[in-house]
Amino acid sequence: MKVTITVNGAKTTHDVEPRLLLVHYLRDVLGLTGTHIGCDTTSCGACTVHLNGLAVKSCTLLAVQADGGEVRTVEGLARNGQLHPIQEAFWEEHGLQCGFCTPGMMMTALQILERHPKPTEDQIRHGLEGNLCRCTGYQHIVNAVQAAARKMEGQNAKRR
Amino acid sequence: MAVSRLFGARVKRRDDPQLITGKATFTDDVTLPGVLYAAVVRSPHAHARITRIDASRARRHPGVRAVFTGRDLADRLAPMPCAWLVPGCELKVPRRPVLADDRVRHVGEGVAVVVAEDRYAARDAAELVAVSYEPLPAVINQEEATRAGAPRLHDDVPDNTAFTWTTTGGDARAAFAAADVVIHQRFTNQRLIPNAMEARAATAHANPATGELTVWVTSQNPHIHRFVLSIVLKMPEHKLRVIAPEVGGGFGSKIPVYPEDALVAFLARELGRPVKWTEDRRENYLATIHGRDHITDLEIAARSDGTLLALRGRTYANLGAYLSLAAPGIPTILHGLMLAGAYTISAVEYTVHGVVTNTTPVDAYRGAGRPEATYLVERAVDLVAAKTGLDPAEVRRRNFIPKEKFPYTVPAGITYDSGDYDVALARALAMVDYEAFRREQAAARKAGRYLGLGLSTYVEICGLGPSPVAGAVGFQGGLYGSATVRMAPTGKVEVMIGESPHGQGEETTFAQIVADRLGVPFEDVEIVSGDTARTPMGWGTYGSRTTVVGSGAVVTACDRLIEKGRQIAAHLLEASPDDVVFQDGRFSVRGSPDRSKSIQEITLQATLAWNLPAGVEPGMEATAFYDPPNFVYPFGAHACTVEVVPETGEVRLLRYVAVDDCGRVINPMIVDGQVHGGIVQGIAQALLEEAVYDRNGQLLTASMLDYAVPRAPQVPRMETDRTVTPSPHHPLGLKGIGETGTIASTAAVANAVMDALAPLGITHLDMPYTPRRVWHAIQQRGEVRP
Ligand code: FES
Ligand code: FES
Repeated sequence: MKVTITVNGAKTTHDVEPRLLLVHYLRDVLGLTGTHIGCDTTSCGACTVHLNGLAVKSCTLLAVQADGGEVRTVEGLARNGQLHPIQEAFWEEHGLQCGFCTPGMMMTALQILERHPKPTEDQIRHGLEGNLCRCTGYQHIVNAVQAAARKMEGQNAKRR
Repeated sequence: MAVSRLFGARVKRRDDPQLITGKATFTDDVTLPGVLYAAVVRSPHAHARITRIDASRARRHPGVRAVFTGRDLADRLAPMPCAWLVPGCELKVPRRPVLADDRVRHVGEGVAVVVAEDRYAARDAAELVAVSYEPLPAVINQEEATRAGAPRLHDDVPDNTAFTWTTTGGDARAAFAAADVVIHQRFTNQRLIPNAMEARAATAHANPATGELTVWVTSQNPHIHRFVLSIVLKMPEHKLRVIAPEVGGGFGSKIPVYPEDALVAFLARELGRPVKWTEDRRENYLATIHGRDHITDLEIAARSDGTLLALRGRTYANLGAYLSLAAPGIPTILHGLMLAGAYTISAVEYTVHGVVTNTTPVDAYRGAGRPEATYLVERAVDLVAAKTGLDPAEVRRRNFIPKEKFPYTVPAGITYDSGDYDVALARALAMVDYEAFRREQAAARKAGRYLGLGLSTYVEICGLGPSPVAGAVGFQGGLYGSATVRMAPTGKVEVMIGESPHGQGEETTFAQIVADRLGVPFEDVEIVSGDTARTPMGWGTYGSRTTVVGSGAVVTACDRLIEKGRQIAAHLLEASPDDVVFQDGRFSVRGSPDRSKSIQEITLQATLAWNLPAGVEPGMEATAFYDPPNFVYPFGAHACTVEVVPETGEVRLLRYVAVDDCGRVINPMIVDGQVHGGIVQGIAQALLEEAVYDRNGQLLTASMLDYAVPRAPQVPRMETDRTVTPSPHHPLGLKGIGETGTIASTAAVANAVMDALAPLGITHLDMPYTPRRVWHAIQQRGEVRP
């Protein structure tokens, strides 16, 4: 089946098996290996990307379900060589160790901050519930999301 | 020389930019042209004889290039070795073929492999391999496995007992005879699944021209992988290159060399095309090692004043179906020798039976033997406190090895390097506001609320370790650290290390050390690891060893370069080497600082070699192997407070306070991260995680839906602090920090929960303290008092 999916702003068209998972489309067909796979039960969130502005687990969607849609992956977070505030915050707050969960964590964090620009710690922890990290114990990830919120607030203030 | 600018600073990690932008290369991200994909056909039975394998349909499936069964490989590949041959325990190592060729002994054991043009075709075809089995009775529990009449797994392992290991120190019999208090308690350290977020993977490529085989693999120790693969593949090591690219967590589970690693390498060699295999999570739960799984009977002898006299016990350690790479050493050397904990217990008598069962093999999982030991001894202290009516903090203080007694040799014969246990405990008690909590607890109890506080004053053995000791305890390798420091003509520094960090941050902390030591800019230092073709022989990253032994090698190599530079500088400056001082990256003549050369200038001169002093070789490169004189012994005091909700059995974590002492700290931010992650893994053992098998050997918790890895809302914000007691024998005064959190926290939480339940007369429950288990225990005690 032919699918056309806009990924990080670029239109992609490929002939795929109907059963091809979106995550495999991103990783194997497009070579965007920043999106990871950590489970087979929709449990870990390592594969989280945004589809039409919503955080989704790309291991649980078929590529054909994203046909005509817009996908944003970790590779699309930085713009013009400028790290996204969430990326900066994860770096500054030591929000990653092995870094395997990190792309999914950051994509979920982005969704949290879109919904709650000034999130409480509870909102952050509950927002991250679908993403597993085995390395950090979450504390520095939570700190990173808080720091990102402050950065993004500052940026928005500047823009206003 | 001054340890100056960067040591101790909160430097951001230099590996992060590639990880946060999605550009990092993990093993499954390695893409090679013409790659084939392998899928493993696995046993659905815990114990069965293979009667027939028919792969004809699989072979005909579109895209399939090859199918191999265990019988096809039996003569081609050597069995998977076990590499920790603990002496003096009648160790038996049963044969473990790469693919089962006669019998399967656990669910998930590989019986065949299918190779196809893409992942999906390989998976489809694996389903088409028809394997006929004749099921055999299985045994899952390690105590049952040793009983007469139990199904036997291996003909050469009688009673399913692979070893019986004993440690004795002091006179336990006399101590028990003299005791006022003797407590007997049965404990379990339940089976856990490591759950590195990246499952395992391997990709191999054979160069037809050179015969060289390159294997990318999720490994914590690429040199060990090369060593073992050369044995299994019957191939010389110099034709093998093993690369561990970015590795998404290991926690011990990526130490072992696995059958699939050998398979993928074999297939690439055999088929002349690159081959990739990537584990899915279900396979990871069935075919990657598990951890813990001990059943222990422990007796504790104490005096009525709380003095701990002796421990006597017996543990049945479940090893799973085969002896994984390091398996025999974990419940013995890394466990039994640490049983006395931080205390002046004068006698220990302890036997460990290593038992094979029809379950996934068990090996090192974060802490590896030490969390199990800490759980036993820290629970024992609290049981003594409860029995004697003393405060658990006071019992600890009365039994701590005093600061002035270090180096201190425990009954098991190992010697702790340094410690100041009182100070760490005092700090933790202050942070958690111990007295206030006790008052709050008393008031809450009157109101029918169950609060508890648990302490864990742990000590651990790490920084593995002196190679002669490794040899003496049967570890089939050295345990030194290694580093090559090479300065390029322009003065940039490459540091190749034999360890293989994968998230622990040594690419940053070692650059901090080197920049300080050589007086060069941080940006000019690159740390290289994870590739056998680029790094000196080294033993990998585990056992909280990398920072400790790796830094020993790094500073030794740096110092050799400084010494060489001094010779060259003296020659060029026409001074005696004794008069040349090195500081902040400059060699200068004592007393005349204007006569000086930078280390970069000297490096250029060393590289050009136009004018070197007699006897000095060209080049600015040094390799050092650092074999530590002893292990290091980090310690600390953790305190946890909980509330148990009697109506639901739920355990609520209120506060978690950790005071750790890992000696001097290179980068506090990274140390905090290690501590947090470790604590949460230990909390998980206490509250959430357990690998459960049914009686037939089916893993009931075979997915992340069924096995409870902690999530962000389930863990508290941790409060950390440190004391600093340098290791006296380490060149930088370092101790390890990678496992302390896990070693300490399970016991802290367990003690807190038991403290909360004490008014109900509950003195012991097995972990994990799930609401169901706690609720049942409360119900069995009858009415919850108002
Ligand atoms: S890989 Fe998608 S949720 Fe785990
Ligand atoms: S950083 Fe390793 S899993 Fe999150």
